[in-house]
Amino acid sequence: MAQSQKPVTYIRTPIAVQYDYSVGAGTSIFLRALREGRIVGSRCPDTGKVYVPPRLFSVETASPMSELVELPDRGVVYTYCIVNIKFYEQVLEVPYAYGYVLLDGADLPIMHLIQECPIEAMRPGMRVQAVWKDREEWTESLENIRYFKPTGEPDAPIGRIMEEIRKKSHA
Amino acid sequence: MKLDDQAQALRGEHVLQYPYRRATGPILGRFFTEIRDHRRFLGVKTASGEVLCPPVDVDPDSLEDLSVDNLVEVGPAGRVTTWTWLQEPRPGNPLERPFAWALIRLDGADSVLLHAVDAGSESAMRTGMRVVPRFRDERNGGIHDIACFVPEG
Repeated sequence: MAQSQKPVTYIRTPIAVQYDYSVGAGTSIFLRALREGRIVGSRCPDTGKVYVPPRLFSVETASPMSELVELPDRGVVYTYCIVNIKFYEQVLEVPYAYGYVLLDGADLPIMHLIQECPIEAMRPGMRVQAVWKDREEWTESLENIRYFKPTGEPDAPIGRIMEEIRKKSHA
Repeated sequence: MKLDDQAQALRGEHVLQYPYRRATGPILGRFFTEIRDHRRFLGVKTASGEVLCPPVDVDPDSLEDLSVDNLVEVGPAGRVTTWTWLQEPRPGNPLERPFAWALIRLDGADSVLLHAVDAGSESAMRTGMRVVPRFRDERNGGIHDIACFVPEG
């Protein structure tokens, strides 16, 4: 029996790859701390740089990290991008901003959503703080932080801050 | 705080998924439309007279574009040219019970089509066996409109 439909011009060929994924020891420390509402990094014994998420070994010198460092849930926008395109299964209203947030005391930024800020007002150097989910929703996930929002404090000199971080690099 | 590198690493399921939607072009579009609407197979006749099923857009020998005018009916029965038995089907496979992945040369075609053969057991499979398609009742345009092939007779 003929089915009266339009001729086929497209086919759907979804693919899914299912991983049993291990995040590794360093990131496990990071995620377990997040479950308790804490953000931790690790300090390189040679350069003094604080990596977040923590690494077990220094990326620059390969020395074992000896110290975990607790970090505040506030920092500075280092850079950001505006998402203007709605993609498949997108849950956020466009446009919205994703940014690199350099937490106070950290030498590597983490990436997160930045909200409660008009897109036109986004800028490097803006001070932001984390907005957490309710405590009972916390799991081993950076999504315990819903997003970062502006604190309203004066901007930080992000160019100079990054220059200081670069100077710490192992020669 | 001490850095405890004895800590057991966290692990979990992580699914990476791409929702591809692909243009068929005119020739494969007709191929899938014919399966969906009439449960018929089309192959494409090349300059050398070979019939390729599934059909292709370009003649592999002359590299000339082929058109829908080159389409001819093939099958629907055919012959298994080679196969492999899948004892443990995975999610997304055409059948949930053990089956064969087989290359099938439909009657009138010179090339082969990959599909599942529901033979019941590996001992029922053999190279050269005759198979016929089993179509789905609800067809949406795509290779999954063919549920599988089954032994003829």
